[in-house]
Amino acid sequence: MKHFFDVVIIGAGPAGLCAGNILGNAGKKTLIIERDPFLGGQLLKQTHMFFGSRDQYAGTRGLDIAKIFQNELNSYPNVSVFTDTTATGYYPEEKILLAMKDEKELYEISFDQIIIATGASEKSLLFENNDLPGIFGAGAVQTLMNMYGVLPGTEIIMVGSGNIGLIVSYQLLQAGANVKCIIDAAPHIGGYFVHAAKIRRMGVPIYTQHTIHRAIGKTTLEAVELVKVDNSWKKISDSVFTESCDVLCLAVGLVPMSELLWQMGCDMNFVPELGGSVPARNQWMETSVRGVFVAGDVAGVEEASSAMLEGTIAAIGALKNLGSWNAAIEKKCVHSLEYLKEIRYGPVGEKIRSGLAKVEAR
Amino acid sequence: MYQKTGYLSEEELNEIFPDKERIEEGPVAIIECVQLIPCNPCQDACPRTAILPFEKMTDSPVIDHSKCNGCSICMAYCPGLAIYILDYHYTDTTSLIKIPYEMLPLPEKDDEVDLYDRSGKVVGKGKVIKVQSFKNNPKTYIVWVEIPKALYKTARNIKVVNNEG
Repeated sequence: MKHFFDVVIIGAGPAGLCAGNILGNAGKKTLIIERDPFLGGQLLKQTHMFFGSRDQYAGTRGLDIAKIFQNELNSYPNVSVFTDTTATGYYPEEKILLAMKDEKELYEISFDQIIIATGASEKSLLFENNDLPGIFGAGAVQTLMNMYGVLPGTEIIMVGSGNIGLIVSYQLLQAGANVKCIIDAAPHIGGYFVHAAKIRRMGVPIYTQHTIHRAIGKTTLEAVELVKVDNSWKKISDSVFTESCDVLCLAVGLVPMSELLWQMGCDMNFVPELGGSVPARNQWMETSVRGVFVAGDVAGVEEASSAMLEGTIAAIGALKNLGSWNAAIEKKCVHSLEYLKEIRYGPVGEKIRSGLAKVEAR
Repeated sequence: MYQKTGYLSEEELNEIFPDKERIEEGPVAIIECVQLIPCNPCQDACPRTAILPFEKMTDSPVIDHSKCNGCSICMAYCPGLAIYILDYHYTDTTSLIKIPYEMLPLPEKDDEVDLYDRSGKVVGKGKVIKVQSFKNNPKTYIVWVEIPKALYKTARNIKVVNNEG
């Protein structure tokens, strides 16, 4: 089947949905392609209340934000949504995107502008027996638990004290699991203090400067050996100790899912602070290839609030290319750019700021 | 220190804790939000403007305890569950804390609960007085817990000991 759209958005997470609503509101013929059966991406798994300011959904739980975006999207007849559909490849000569629904139906999609909002995938860790059943990425644990109501186990060890590790630990406690400890190789807790404080006062210890030595188990995970690391991140060999567990949850960072950007020939920069290779872009989030925009974690791993803002900005950039520019849109754009700057301000935004400083301006 | 441990040390707590004089006067909000993170809903929440206006979203809240009457509205707006209320003179021998709570089983009135300090140590027993929820944030319950007066600064969390009674 062949289709033409003014704008195609790949990924219906916070970035893609915000972009969709801007374009829907502007009356553009828009398509959102989503690999999952549901819209919302990671928002659907986020049962905690968002931070930020109230006009940007602070105090609202992620899954409720997804519903707000979906309801708005449903009101735009000019926006089409393909769920269970994977964007499988881009063919620059023909300027055609191929997408596959349910591994059965193939779509040939051409477009004027495209917004890549594919998000990021989880990193793993190298250690002995890291393929034992019972070892999960934190995102997989959240999907099982929060989307399908399946608790992956009862005795949990969490690796990583960033916000994802802290929040998923809290959600596991809410679901009735015993989180035995959170470990992190870094000397400090990576996530927000308020998230850490919530689980500390429930009796869960956080061991900084600790890592996994190896996993133990015959057919599934039975225990892990943990080990202290010194100030140069080297394992202290006589500090190994064993903790029994049936789930080891890895929350050790994310990598932008940038395959389509490489295929489209976008100039890419490797920036560790942003999770890996990210595209050069201008302030509208347009890459080095005209008409190709990025938004959300694929542009640099950050968090949902900034993904929403980038989605908004990228959609406005696409409208600009389509010649649909007016004062109201300009105002919205200025506001989003200012707000993005504000949430990246201060010590917790420092890593993102230094990462972004390394990304080439297009 | 809190960046390493995940809880406020004695000295860090003293910097944000209301002084003894204010505590003697009646209920007061305690805001344990010391890190500069992009979050500010509490500043608009206070009907008495006890939470001072932020210059930047990433400022940490500063509360004028002399203006606060412990109404707990700010607690219902804090997504980080970082605010609780202390009523020191609940009775002659006990104090009352009102804490945000999102765990199951939900405590019930008169339940006996274990009291936890900020580091997760059990420090004593308390009694549930009331469980309430706010309209703007119905899934985060506010639990009123009567605690021994000596634990007024220490008790910060609860776990239901035996809900079957």
